[in-house]
This record gives sequence, C-alpha cells and structure tokens, in this order.
Amino acid sequence: MSGYVLPQKTYYLVFAALLLLTLVTVEVAFFDMGLLNFPMALAISTCKATIVILYFMHLRYSSRLTWLVAGAGVFWLFILIALTMSDYLTRASLSVLGG
Amino acid sequence: MPIGRRRPTLAEHHAALAHQFDDLDQQREASSLGMWVFLVTEIMFFGGLFTGYTVYRHAYPEAFADASRRLAVALGAVNTAVLICSSLTMALAVRSAQVGKRRGVIAFLSLTMLLGSAFLVVKGVEYAHKFHDHLVPGATFAFEGPHRPHAELFFSFYFAMTGLHALHMVIGIGILAALVVLSSRGRFSPDDYAAVENTGLYWHFVDIVWIFLFPLLYLISRT
Repeated sequence: MSGYVLPQKTYYLVFAALLLLTLVTVEVAFFDMGLLNFPMALAISTCKATIVILYFMHLRYSSRLTWLVAGAGVFWLFILIALTMSDYLTRASLSVLGG
Repeated sequence: MPIGRRRPTLAEHHAALAHQFDDLDQQREASSLGMWVFLVTEIMFFGGLFTGYTVYRHAYPEAFADASRRLAVALGAVNTAVLICSSLTMALAVRSAQVGKRRGVIAFLSLTMLLGSAFLVVKGVEYAHKFHDHLVPGATFAFEGPHRPHAELFFSFYFAMTGLHALHMVIGIGILAALVVLSSRGRFSPDDYAAVENTGLYWHFVDIVWIFLFPLLYLISRT
C-alpha cells in the first residue's frame, strides 16, 4: 500500500546504489568486452530501473493489482521490441529461401 | 464494503475521503493504480522510439557507434547524477507528505524543481554544442566519414528521444510548481497527499527513461 512510510535510510541507500551503478555503467563502457558491452549496459540500466520502481515508486509495498499493471507494461514493451526484432534479425537468413 | 456494515452518511465522511470510496486505503490504492495505468501508456509512448532505435542501431551499427562518440559523456553522466539526486529529493518530498511535514514537502519539492531545471540547463548546453557542430539533422548537417546519412539518423533519434524526455521534465517541473503552491496553502495532509505521491511516480518514471537513454545514446562504443 502506498500509505506505507519507508525509513529515510532506505531512500539514501537506494540513492547511493543508483549513483554507484551510474559510475559502473560509465566505467564499463570504456572497457572493451566485445559483444558483451551492450548486454552489460542494458543489465545495469535494468537493475537501476528495478530499484527505482521497487523503492522510490513503492511498488514493493503496493497491491498485487499494481504489480500486475506495472508487469503488463513491461511485458508489452517486451512484445513490442522482441516481435519487431524477431522480424529484422531473421530477414538475412530467410532471404535465401524467399529470394 | 462488507455486508452488515452501515455505509457512512455524507456528514460522517472523513474530510479527505471522496464519497465513492469505502475508506482512505481504497481511495489511495485507486489513485495510485490510475497513475500506474497512465505510466504504462507512457512506456508504450517511449517504447515506439526505443524500438525504432533498436531496429536502426542493428541495421547501421558502425554509423551509430561513430555518431554516439560525438556526444559528451561527461555532461550525460553529470545529468544522470543530477536526475538521480532529483529522484531522491522527490521521494523525500513524498515521505514528508506522508508524515505531514509541510515545510519538508515544500523544501524537497523546490529542490526537485531546482535539480530538474539544472538537468534542462545542461541539456540546453549540449543542444547548443550540437547546433554549433552542425550535428542537428537537416540541411546544415555535417558529418565527416562514410557514415553521414546514418549518423544523421542517429541524431534524429537523439533529438527525438532526449527532446521528448526533456518535454516530460518541463511538464514535471510545472506540476511541481503547482504542488509547492498547493502545499504552502496547506492542501495536503497524511490522509490526503495523492497528488504528491502521483507526481512522484511520474518523476521517477521520467528518471527511469533517462537511465536507459544515457547508455543507449552516449555509451554505444567508447572502447
């Protein structure tokens, strides 16, 4: 429930974690990991977004209905990107068949 | 409402409770749920741009990497930190509203506005540099090397995505200003602070968009 009051300490901890992860994301970008650079950047951003949603946006203390709505948003974004890319990523391999 | 419980008459209502709700918890839940539904439409709104970006980055990886190196990482990183600070002050403003500390609400909302404005100033400086360097898509666009047309595409995405994000910030700052006025008039109480809470949800959402925009635009290829 959004009426749940979190201790101030929680907010400062989340804040510190977010700043730390920002530093990590910048440092990691200058480090050559080949193909892993992009997934790494996305993974760190997803971590940051998750703790913002859970603590700053109080989702951790919200009702299941709110969880469902937030989850549906993320799931539909996944559909949007995944189905679009399932087309673009496979065009080269299918063009052999289609001509 | 459970059977057997008498519905309170209008006169008996808690001052902060709207007539159609059973209790304050239900009212709070309904308002925050409505805000989450709105934020889902915002995910879809930005999602189209993120999808377009993904498609073209996959199609022209070298051009996107080349163009991305023209953005100022230091300014982008500073802005990320500024926005995270503003999310903290926003969260503390909501907390102050929850515990009924009016001066805290006003101070933290004002700080959030200040940090949001600082973000926009830095963004403005970056945009000015891009105009100066002829990196704004259009007739004057200039980019050395073989990737000119697709680098222009990258900058179209850069301006569309950061521009839409900045527009959300401007709207957010406007809402914060209204909240400061309302709060100074004593409009909010621990039983009635939905506007502060929902503005917080909006502000954090805009922060999250930037959390993804920063690595996707600034950090494509820095090795």
